[in-house]
Amino acid sequence: MSDMFFSGAPHWTWLIILYFFVGGVAGGASFLAAVLDWFGGPEDRPVARTGYNVAAVGAIVSGALLTIDLGRPLRFWHMLFQSANLPALMFKGWSPISFGAWAILLFGLFSVLAALGGMAEEGRLHNPTLRAVGGAVHGGLAKLVGGVTGLLGIFIAGYTGILLSATNRPIWADGPWLGALFLASGVSTGAAALILLAARRGATEQSLARLSAFDTKALVVELLLLVLFVASLGAVSKVWLGLWGLVLLVGVVGFGILAPLRMHAQGRSLAGAARLVLLGGFLLRLVTIFASEGIEHYRVAAGM
Amino acid sequence: MKSQAMGFFTDTTVCIGCKACEVACKEWNQLPAENGGVREMSGDSYDNTRRLDGIHWRHVRFIEQFKGPYDGRWLMMSDVCKHCVQAGCLEVCPTGAIIRTQFDTVVIQSDVCNGCRACIAACPFGVIDINPVSGTAQKCTLCYDRLQVGLEPACSKACPTDSIQFGAISELRTRAEKRVAQLKSQGVDAQLYGADPTGALGGLNSFYLLVDKPEVYGLPRHPELPSSNLAKSGGLSVASAAVLGLLAVVGLRKRRMDDMSGPGGGGPS
Repeated sequence: MSDMFFSGAPHWTWLIILYFFVGGVAGGASFLAAVLDWFGGPEDRPVARTGYNVAAVGAIVSGALLTIDLGRPLRFWHMLFQSANLPALMFKGWSPISFGAWAILLFGLFSVLAALGGMAEEGRLHNPTLRAVGGAVHGGLAKLVGGVTGLLGIFIAGYTGILLSATNRPIWADGPWLGALFLASGVSTGAAALILLAARRGATEQSLARLSAFDTKALVVELLLLVLFVASLGAVSKVWLGLWGLVLLVGVVGFGILAPLRMHAQGRSLAGAARLVLLGGFLLRLVTIFASEGIEHYRVAAGM
Repeated sequence: MKSQAMGFFTDTTVCIGCKACEVACKEWNQLPAENGGVREMSGDSYDNTRRLDGIHWRHVRFIEQFKGPYDGRWLMMSDVCKHCVQAGCLEVCPTGAIIRTQFDTVVIQSDVCNGCRACIAACPFGVIDINPVSGTAQKCTLCYDRLQVGLEPACSKACPTDSIQFGAISELRTRAEKRVAQLKSQGVDAQLYGADPTGALGGLNSFYLLVDKPEVYGLPRHPELPSSNLAKSGGLSVASAAVLGLLAVVGLRKRRMDDMSGPGGGGPS
């Protein structure tokens, strides 16, 4: 029996699943926006700007979801400062949740700056203060701010999986692949979100087609990592013989990865494929969390 | 001021399942009743507490090993936080709420904890959970308040058979080894769990004498720190990020150059 079966479930449910999904999309979108910022052309600017907007909104929503999920939400700042020793900072480099708290704060800060830079570029800022900040970013700091946002974004997309691996819970800690898998899923869902949203913000068909071609590759990497993740579980893989296994197979692999890959190959609706990728990304987080959380119920039912 | 390491030695062979330890713990620590005091029967032997959590810091396990009505035995064990020398909960806690005391015990400061629940998933023994009254993670404090004024913890004080023994860890280990030798001389297959300071988690400051495999008592055979996966998981994530980054840079850049050199394009710039 896996030694992980003796631990308790942390009751991370819908809010955390939603955070893992939103954080992944925001992180992946910001990463791609930064890549386009640094290596793309002028025609990619609408996609890059949309990426930073998705990142900024996603970071704010992520922070709100995490705060609401706390047992004592008003003490959220205890993760950033030592509550009994102000203003000393609270940071543990070896604790993914501590690292993540700081990363989300910085990701929020930089993604908002990058989004303001993009809005200044479009001339959409009317408030003088915001216009000044956006103008300063757009004026010469755009690539630097974008690059930092992208790096923080890719960290946010992946650390949630590392956080789950660094526990003593079944499935999560039974293999080391969750961080890599969530990261790939964050990038594929980030690209999907950009395909859906950037079309309304002036992105060219060429630019969207490139993004879609990249998403194909990201989905293949994700599928490979998903196979490695399940294979690494060994005997624990039996937990997938149930509802959550079915959702993983049909929802995540079938609808979320294979169907969009087929649509990409056939050159069918980019938007339709992107919606399926987003659905698959959400279901991946859902089954990963609930398959492990459910084991607590068996433990209690067994009187252990 | 640092004191010597203090803890529990629980000799499960003399536990009679009276649950005096559970009652003493609840009473001293003013822990609330579950379900408004209406106790649901578990249907699992005499165990209606079922588990350790935020309002049950002591739990007496009842294990029935019977082949027939007159052929078998009861195993009983009063379970509690192990106060690990290398504690997973303390390692991951992002608020600094979980501390190591001068007695080498592990305590959650309820006024600092914000209920993120990372410690619950980090504990290999399933000891910690949220106390619904405080909204924070809670577990046995090894009666830190009593220790500070020279009293022994409520549970060991109440234990009528000395199944739960409190004292300095070094002294408890000597006592436990003598007891194992005594039981072995009587033909009992006794073993210590968590007493070895070179073993898992640097040893447990609450260790046990067992007469069956650890799993039978609901204890993991090889408990590990949550960080044991960290380097591997982090490394694979970095590698995955590098591969995707490369695919994005090469793919998007190459595509752009292809587009520009295609019909109507101006060639690569």
